[in-house]
Amino acid sequence: MTSLRNVSAIVEKEWRHYFGSPIAYVLLFVWTFLFGRFFQVAFEYFLLASARQGGMEMGMAPKMSLNEWVLRPLFQNMAVVALFVIPMLTMRLFAEEKRQGTIELLATNPLTDWQIVLGKFFAATGLFGFMILVSLVNFVPLWVYAQNPPEWKPVATGVLALLLYGASLIAIGTFISTLTRNQIVAGILSFCAFLALLTLGWADDPAAGPVQQVIAYLSVTAHMEDMAKGVLDLKDIVFYLTFTGFGLFLAQQSVESQRWRA
Amino acid sequence: MIEVVNLTKRYGRHTAVDGVSFSVQKGEILGFLGPNGAGKTTTMRILTCYLPATEGTARVAGFDVFDQPLEVKRRIGYIPETPPLYPDMEVADFLGFCAKIKGVPGKDRPRRIDEAIEKTRLGDVRHKHIGKLSKGYRQRVGLAQAILASPDVLILDEPTAGLDPKQILETRELIKSLGGEHTIILSTHILPEVEVTCGRVVIINRGKVVAEDTPANLTARLRGSGGLRVEARGDTGPLFDLLRAVPGVVALRPKADGGDGISAFEVDAEAGRDLRGDLSRVVVGAGFDLVGLSRLGMSLEEIFLQITTTDSTNGEAPEAPAPAATVDTTEAS
Repeated sequence: MTSLRNVSAIVEKEWRHYFGSPIAYVLLFVWTFLFGRFFQVAFEYFLLASARQGGMEMGMAPKMSLNEWVLRPLFQNMAVVALFVIPMLTMRLFAEEKRQGTIELLATNPLTDWQIVLGKFFAATGLFGFMILVSLVNFVPLWVYAQNPPEWKPVATGVLALLLYGASLIAIGTFISTLTRNQIVAGILSFCAFLALLTLGWADDPAAGPVQQVIAYLSVTAHMEDMAKGVLDLKDIVFYLTFTGFGLFLAQQSVESQRWRA
Repeated sequence: MIEVVNLTKRYGRHTAVDGVSFSVQKGEILGFLGPNGAGKTTTMRILTCYLPATEGTARVAGFDVFDQPLEVKRRIGYIPETPPLYPDMEVADFLGFCAKIKGVPGKDRPRRIDEAIEKTRLGDVRHKHIGKLSKGYRQRVGLAQAILASPDVLILDEPTAGLDPKQILETRELIKSLGGEHTIILSTHILPEVEVTCGRVVIINRGKVVAEDTPANLTARLRGSGGLRVEARGDTGPLFDLLRAVPGVVALRPKADGGDGISAFEVDAEAGRDLRGDLSRVVVGAGFDLVGLSRLGMSLEEIFLQITTTDSTNGEAPEAPAPAATVDTTEAS
């Protein structure tokens, strides 16, 4: 009960900061603009391809699905955009508290390190979720005007995938923000870490040895693939939740250990 | 209320706090006096559970700072030397956030916030962004934050640093009015501050407690051997001979800044003797104009020198005092 109140107090404070400064608006703009743009590109390509297919003999071609042609590339593109956007969400979380000295305020009030870490994590994840929610407006015309509107389930799976994927990156970003008092350094380090996680996926080769497969398994982006297609696999969900939990654990350990090193 | 036993904090090879012990009774205001870098802040940070001690124990309201930090933090209001504030928040919003994390129940929050704002006279900046406030106001926001949940113990690290004289007086009054109800530890490097506000003083230097007494005893002990400054119109030579002959004068130093035919001297008197009357009579009696006679303000460095040399029990004497860097002259002349 008290811990819930403490976490929500931190969330509220972080949101006040996000929306009290230009950061939330800039990120919302960038995210929704790119979302709309990628949606438009994918959709035009889909229209072009289906028109071409319509010229072929009827019945032979498989029915083209919006899910396969629009949603999947869109969610995958947004997963890459998230690599740029999330460091900007997380870089200040702890770095700024340390630079301003306000970490001392948090540390000397009856809060646990976990409450502080979770509050900050949920604040950033909440803003990220809000950004996704706002950009879903793009889909409305599909349901209103398309002859075969996409099923809602793959869309929901894609959104969930993006959110879980974002949460795991935010957890890592939160941890990295605890390591320095300079936001810019935290941002750059987070971005580098995310890129490294992305490239891990490229090692995925069925013929490769077990070590390489384990490394490929760790890639956060690789687990997006199936989910973006609309396939909900418990394995992927567990992966993201584990990854997020691990990132938050590192963040909490880092906050605690800094008191000992101070 | 607060018990500190043999507290030690080492940073690598450097020992910031070295076997400090003291205790504070309920409702007492304890002054924590020492130069910058003496270990005041480190001790306070250990008491507020911000730093772990290397050795020793500290208990607040019966709870150990290491084993039960949450219980301790619930009972402490603390302002560090530079109050930790969020510049992009409004004063009232900031206090609202603090009330929440301090566990003030929802229905009490508006009342507590109003009270804290009233006590620290922040009413006219209530809806201003903290980043736009002057240093004095920020210090008060920090104080409002500390007293918000009406904690048993207040720990104030240099609460008057950076304030103008009027604000200093107001803050001291406020702190005094908080004593009795709250147990207060207050750190400062300004001697008159503890005289005005504190019931007891612990002097700390290089991480060690060098003296512990009431401010009255301490200042009396110090003042007895304090120096005087004498200024008279006339030649230095005859005046020097005249003053040196006064009984009770231990040392006499001519000072260069005469000018306008005025000679200035610094006089060290025998412990416990006030020579001002004798000196003035002698100067005037010999036909000179006495144009100035005042007590010399003592810098903390001088106080430490006094204490560490007169109390042989306290071992090592510090190095020669630096030219009075932090003299507070409210007491002198």
